[in-house]
Amino acid sequence: MTHRGSRVLHVGSLARVEGESALHLLVDGGEVTEARLAIYEPPRFFEAFLRGRSYTEPPDITSRICGICPVAYQLSACRALEDACGVTVDGQLAALRRLLYCGEWIESQTLHVHLLHAPDFLGCAGAVELARTRRADVERGLRLKQAGNAIVELLGGRAIHPVNVRLGGFHRIPSVAELRPLAEKLRRARDDAQETVRWVAGFEFPDAGCDHDLLALAEPGTYAIESGTPAVMPAPTTAGLPAGSDRALPIRTFELHTFGGHVVERQVPHSTALHSRLDGRRHLTGTLARYAISGRWLSPIALQAAQDAGLGDPRQGTVCRNPFRSIVVRAVEVLHALDEAVRIIDAYEPAPRPYVDVPARAGTGHGATEAPRGLLYHRYTLDEDGTVTDAVLVPPTAQNQGAIEEDLRRIVRDRLRAGDPGDAELTALCERAIRNHDPCISCSAHFLDLTVERGESGS
Amino acid sequence: MTASDRPKLAVWKFASCDGCQLTLLDCEDELLGIAERIEISHFLEASSATDPGPFDLSLVEGSVTTPQDAERIQHVRAVSKRLVTIGACATAGGVQALRNYADVAEFQAVVYARPDYIDTLATSTPISAHVAVDFELRGCPIDRGQLVEVITAYLAGRRPDVPAHSVCFECKQRGTTCVTVAHGTPCLGPVTHAGCGALCPAYGRGCYGCFGPSDSTNFPSFIPLLRRDGMDTLDIVRVLRTFNTAAPEFDDASRKELDQ
Repeated sequence: MTHRGSRVLHVGSLARVEGESALHLLVDGGEVTEARLAIYEPPRFFEAFLRGRSYTEPPDITSRICGICPVAYQLSACRALEDACGVTVDGQLAALRRLLYCGEWIESQTLHVHLLHAPDFLGCAGAVELARTRRADVERGLRLKQAGNAIVELLGGRAIHPVNVRLGGFHRIPSVAELRPLAEKLRRARDDAQETVRWVAGFEFPDAGCDHDLLALAEPGTYAIESGTPAVMPAPTTAGLPAGSDRALPIRTFELHTFGGHVVERQVPHSTALHSRLDGRRHLTGTLARYAISGRWLSPIALQAAQDAGLGDPRQGTVCRNPFRSIVVRAVEVLHALDEAVRIIDAYEPAPRPYVDVPARAGTGHGATEAPRGLLYHRYTLDEDGTVTDAVLVPPTAQNQGAIEEDLRRIVRDRLRAGDPGDAELTALCERAIRNHDPCISCSAHFLDLTVERGESGS
Repeated sequence: MTASDRPKLAVWKFASCDGCQLTLLDCEDELLGIAERIEISHFLEASSATDPGPFDLSLVEGSVTTPQDAERIQHVRAVSKRLVTIGACATAGGVQALRNYADVAEFQAVVYARPDYIDTLATSTPISAHVAVDFELRGCPIDRGQLVEVITAYLAGRRPDVPAHSVCFECKQRGTTCVTVAHGTPCLGPVTHAGCGALCPAYGRGCYGCFGPSDSTNFPSFIPLLRRDGMDTLDIVRVLRTFNTAAPEFDDASRKELDQ
């Protein structure tokens, strides 16, 4: 039976993503005429109920947007509020924030690599099934995740919605003696992370590219995590290169306070998340964008692991635009984050006070950090006594929706050209195309129902 | 045990941040052991395998905020022998219950240019407002140890050992100096349900009530202590109106404070 005629495919909720979303595909004569990622996550109205709150509250309140990347929310909020109040947090307090963030990267990226994404490459429904045949790989993933959680638990009190972050720094800072045993655990975890890079590098990757502008924070000299300037690498076809090209292109930057003029959100009828465009074009944030913008600043062992894994040398202008290979880049980022965490602990000296004072004043502040899934921007306006009068939150997955839809269109089109896939195969491929970007749908505003409508003209 | 002998577990999500179900995946030391004793039949965040049920134990995360979810929870109850809510959203309506004090149309207009595209209810309500619940696990987020206790207790056919006294008991157990007595730091510990291990005071800050009210709150005596330690009415209303804002004890206390 041919599938080139008209038909509708339904997939229940998309699994192994954080949240609820649905997919709608229109296929007509072997061409994808429409691909829509619909987000049904019930709206929770954070931006509305932040109005009228004290400027000290958004770090704890916004962390509840996402149980997987609460640190990202806490630290984007802190940066924006401190910016509004004209305060800079630097030195050892900034280093401790970076350490906390490394912990979240390790736990979140490892969760995606081992428990959510790897099953796609190994033909399993999930990690528990995977553990029946590859227990050692799953156990290694759990150990790595635990290493990330150990950082967040020590610095933050608990792995999910940590309690120790406040404006200006922390409620309490650790002693050198408290951190030292953690460094030992992280050194051991580094070996696991190297093994994970080797493991995922051996998976089979479909040929694919992504023709999106790449957006990530840049901070020359370091792989940007908790601070930086927005930087854009244009899509490869703008320079006449194919979508799958691994060549870097020149980067432009813009000031963070102009973010709202560059990244413009708009509402679409099929989604409770707002879509956004960067200077009028489709863009992608997250692992692949960070690797393109900051790859040259990876630690030496992460750079070596990337090259051994076939990602090339980012110092020589090599990037990765195959979204299926994002699992390899994530594994490299976990290794880097572990290395960075060890470096921070080795250089640690407790600051004289756990926080600097952040007195309220009227004004608007901007903050952006690299959540595991990409650039997370917050903007707050305060009145003179520190009451929040306006809040804008731009999460990475909302920014990535357009790019994910374009990947779906491209990947399904290429598959249809190569033959006549059945419904089950097409559905699995679509789910993979989405999981490549580790969408966090609770952040975006949750559910994957796949609908494929096929037009008659090809039958 | 073969798959068919093992009790079946389902994990469901309503309006939430995913943090409480993530807690199950954060049980790194116990996860594979639990999976040997229980068949994790429905857990979308972790597996694409789905099972129509029925289930021996359902863990429900999130609050009810849409007409579709109000129907879906009826289905979850119908296919579940035991239903346990996990976390502040499912147990008390979550931080999104702040909408209960506002005009939702106005809220929609703040976030969305075309509010008419959004189908949502005026309130965020706990699961118990819709169906019978066998046990409510507190916390924003829940505690990993308590989650393992709940699953283990249901496997053994006993009630979970989850004390409902206040955070103050946990501070004493942990040996933490009282932040209110020693430093005059306002702390919700005396009226907040135990379970976190008294984390905030151990980190030098006052408890902010993320496990909701304990079984023995006394707000008429407690509110004056907050005031003594420097909080005014706005501060008190704000601290009560966060992650468990719709828990009846916190809701009453914040309304009374405003009525003064």
